[in-house]
Amino acid sequence: MAGSKEIRTKIKSVENTRKITKAMEMVAASKMRKAQERMRMARPYAEKIRNVTAHLSQANSEYKHPFIVKREKVSNVGLIVVSSDKGLCGGLNTNVLRLSLNQMKEWESEGKKIAVSAIGNKGFSYMNRVGADVKSHVTGLGDTPHLEKLIGTIKVMLDAYVAGEIDQLFICYTRFINTMKQAPIMEQLLPLSSEHLDTTATTAKGHWDYIYEPDANVVIDELMTRYIESIIYHAVAENMASEQSARMVAMKAASDNAKTVIGELKLVYNKARQAAITKEISEIVGGAAAV
Amino acid sequence: MASTIHLDVVSAEESIFSGEAEFVAAPAKLGEVGIYPNHAPLITTIKPGVLRIKVANSGEEQAIYISGGLLEVQPGAITVLADTAIRGHDLDEVKAIEAKRAAEEALKNKASGVDYARAQAELSEALAQLQTIEQLRKTTH
Repeated sequence: MAGSKEIRTKIKSVENTRKITKAMEMVAASKMRKAQERMRMARPYAEKIRNVTAHLSQANSEYKHPFIVKREKVSNVGLIVVSSDKGLCGGLNTNVLRLSLNQMKEWESEGKKIAVSAIGNKGFSYMNRVGADVKSHVTGLGDTPHLEKLIGTIKVMLDAYVAGEIDQLFICYTRFINTMKQAPIMEQLLPLSSEHLDTTATTAKGHWDYIYEPDANVVIDELMTRYIESIIYHAVAENMASEQSARMVAMKAASDNAKTVIGELKLVYNKARQAAITKEISEIVGGAAAV
Repeated sequence: MASTIHLDVVSAEESIFSGEAEFVAAPAKLGEVGIYPNHAPLITTIKPGVLRIKVANSGEEQAIYISGGLLEVQPGAITVLADTAIRGHDLDEVKAIEAKRAAEEALKNKASGVDYARAQAELSEALAQLQTIEQLRKTTH
């Protein structure tokens, strides 16, 4: 019978694919839990540094850090794109890159120049391909994001900001809403918006100034850099949790699809087999009748 | 008078210590500082070194190694923002230069990264096609 062997091979191959997607789904599920945990662990630092920054902006008025000062004219924009290193995670990177690209198009139409910094392999290769001006990048972060790896990449952008090469800095990443839902968002990092320096959220009230050691400028500089880094670190941690859950969902869909394909192929195979048997019987019967 | 002060030691990657303390000694930039409750508001950078904490109600002393960061003292609370890596202006500079160089290098030999990405793009296109076929089949049934 024609095709029966081919169908069997095909079923085998889809079954193998399903095994792989199933395994990837389970790996992603366990990694997602860890990534969520890390996201949670990064929260206290983000809160504390936010509080300290808010206090500081309230306490000291004589020294204004460049990160706080709004610039009148914005002619150059910096963008940090956070993506994943690996694919097979549904539309996660596509969504982030589409959002970035739309925004970049808009800036370009306003006559602004764009400098890009890419975190993650996908975003980096994409930005390179479309010919964006990639100033810095970091890839191969692994499953645990380490701030140490990000410092250099971030510093390139912060230096550019201080030097006046860019007037605004944005970050685009995937926000983790829940396991089933992740949304790409674009946030302004620099200059720090008043929302970031909101003091109403902090517990301590009253007016005081700190004793600064060694002096105010040094402390504020260090604090601001760390503050921005912590925001970016948090974005990266969140992106990783999003990546794992998106991958889990994508792989589950793939496994389910493979299952339906196998079912259909089996049906076709059985029909073909049945047809072959019927044909054989009728041939024998026909042969017997002829004798 | 409160004889303890709330202390939080956090790093970007995790929370290291949170609780009441009787006394804290930290390696500040200009020399070690010791902080008792009711210390004046202070904010300072800290060097890599050991943070010593006298935990309240147990008399136990804890030592935590930190690789630098910031220390903030508020009335009633101390916050230590610990770094996860040893920092320094020069070290950061080196990292920044390294990142820049890597970006420039990658721009030069584009081929290696892009082909891979393109292959994957084709793959996801194929996946999308499969999905469409699946969808079509469902509707025609």
